[in-house]
Amino acid sequence: MAADLGFSALLKRDLKLAFRQKSDVINPLMFFVMVITLFPLGISPDPNELAVIAPGVVWVAALLASMLSMENMFRSDFDDGSLERMLVSPLPGFLIALAKVINHFLVTGLPLVIVSPVLAYMLNMPSEAYGVMMITLLLGLPTLSLVGAIGSALTVGLKRGALLLPLLVIPLFIPVLIFGTGAVQGVIVDQPVSGQLSILAALLLFSLASAPFACAASLKISMGNG
Amino acid sequence: MSLSETTSPNWKARFKRWFHSWASPKWFYEKSERWLPWLSIPAVLLILTGLVWGLLFAPQDYQQGNSFRIFYLHVPAAFLSQSIFMMMAIAGGINLVWRIKLADMAAKHCAPIGASFAVLALATGAIWGKPTWGAWWVWDARLTAMLILLFLYLGVIALYSAIDNRETAGRSTAVLSLVGLVNIPIIKYSVEWWNTLHQPATFKLTEKPAMPFEMWFPALLVVLGFYLFFGWMLFKRMRAEVVEREFKAKWLQDKLRNS
Repeated sequence: MAADLGFSALLKRDLKLAFRQKSDVINPLMFFVMVITLFPLGISPDPNELAVIAPGVVWVAALLASMLSMENMFRSDFDDGSLERMLVSPLPGFLIALAKVINHFLVTGLPLVIVSPVLAYMLNMPSEAYGVMMITLLLGLPTLSLVGAIGSALTVGLKRGALLLPLLVIPLFIPVLIFGTGAVQGVIVDQPVSGQLSILAALLLFSLASAPFACAASLKISMGNG
Repeated sequence: MSLSETTSPNWKARFKRWFHSWASPKWFYEKSERWLPWLSIPAVLLILTGLVWGLLFAPQDYQQGNSFRIFYLHVPAAFLSQSIFMMMAIAGGINLVWRIKLADMAAKHCAPIGASFAVLALATGAIWGKPTWGAWWVWDARLTAMLILLFLYLGVIALYSAIDNRETAGRSTAVLSLVGLVNIPIIKYSVEWWNTLHQPATFKLTEKPAMPFEMWFPALLVVLGFYLFFGWMLFKRMRAEVVEREFKAKWLQDKLRNS
């Protein structure tokens, strides 16, 4: 099918571009590490105090790192005109959006998940919570990419888009943050967390089913032919 | 075939014509002039009656004494800010589907009014919180949800003002407010799960309020008054917007010259 071919070709192209331009992978990761470094410096080096805030700090830092790279989700394709070509191609808009989201998660979200245990260790998080923390990030970060893609599409053509995007998407990220940190804190105090994980999975599936369409509509509006 | 020729008694055709007349800023501008007093006078009367009754004559709360009386401003403001968000998203949706200019104007002017009600709800909540909880701000679930609602409003306003093209701005904010509308219940329940100090909601559509009649009825008057006040403000703002957008149209210039 032409659509499948176009979808995988787009995904391959974006991944190739991201790994040639290594800063797309490395910068969010460095941001993540640096922001987390600020917390012990700003609050206290006391391991017990750090352990209390660790789930929230890791989650907030991951959320910010993921959000800061969202601005570029469509920006470079918009600047060189290829976004417009993609939108007039036979590939449906929601598949373009989905390819961009998958690319964003693989390039920025997944590396954050992989290094998160190291930072959790530095914040003195109890080791039994690492697994659940990684699962919450694996379920939550793609949700953030999906929702953020709508904001990114709405602000793609704007000069002041970089500062606007966080204002639009942060309120929408709050449920993911609440259930993400809630699950990690639940493990630490030895409570069942399957409820929070199920809700995170539900949020992911719901946004997977709806966000690409909203994102495609937003792209078309931003390009002036919605 | 002009509009005046289609005088069908059929209600469906009538409804269709009525619906289509909303597409005309001229029709709205002429009609709304006559609607304004029907909104403004009852709004002022209802709000005054409700507030005077609530603040001076309604019985005291047996636990909170007189401090509960700010309820008569707080609850209606919170109520309105949520309904206005819904109205803004629906008007935006109508604009996305049928490209009706008036729906676009309505959505645009819902945002600042709704944000003002959210600020009023937060401010009165803080004033109420001081004697009740001992602090101006606590991270209570419903206060936090109201704060997030205000953030959603501010996002909509910021996006609208960042886009130069008026049509694109309207359509983009319509998408954002629809996404926000879908998220409001999710945010509300997640924040409630996260932390709750607040007393449960006073008004529910499905249950009788737990308060005595003399206590809740004035609040209901204020809610109705606020709705009419909102309609009044919305129409006044939309009329100003019609003047701004259609200032070159001859019918408008004639109208302004004659008035």
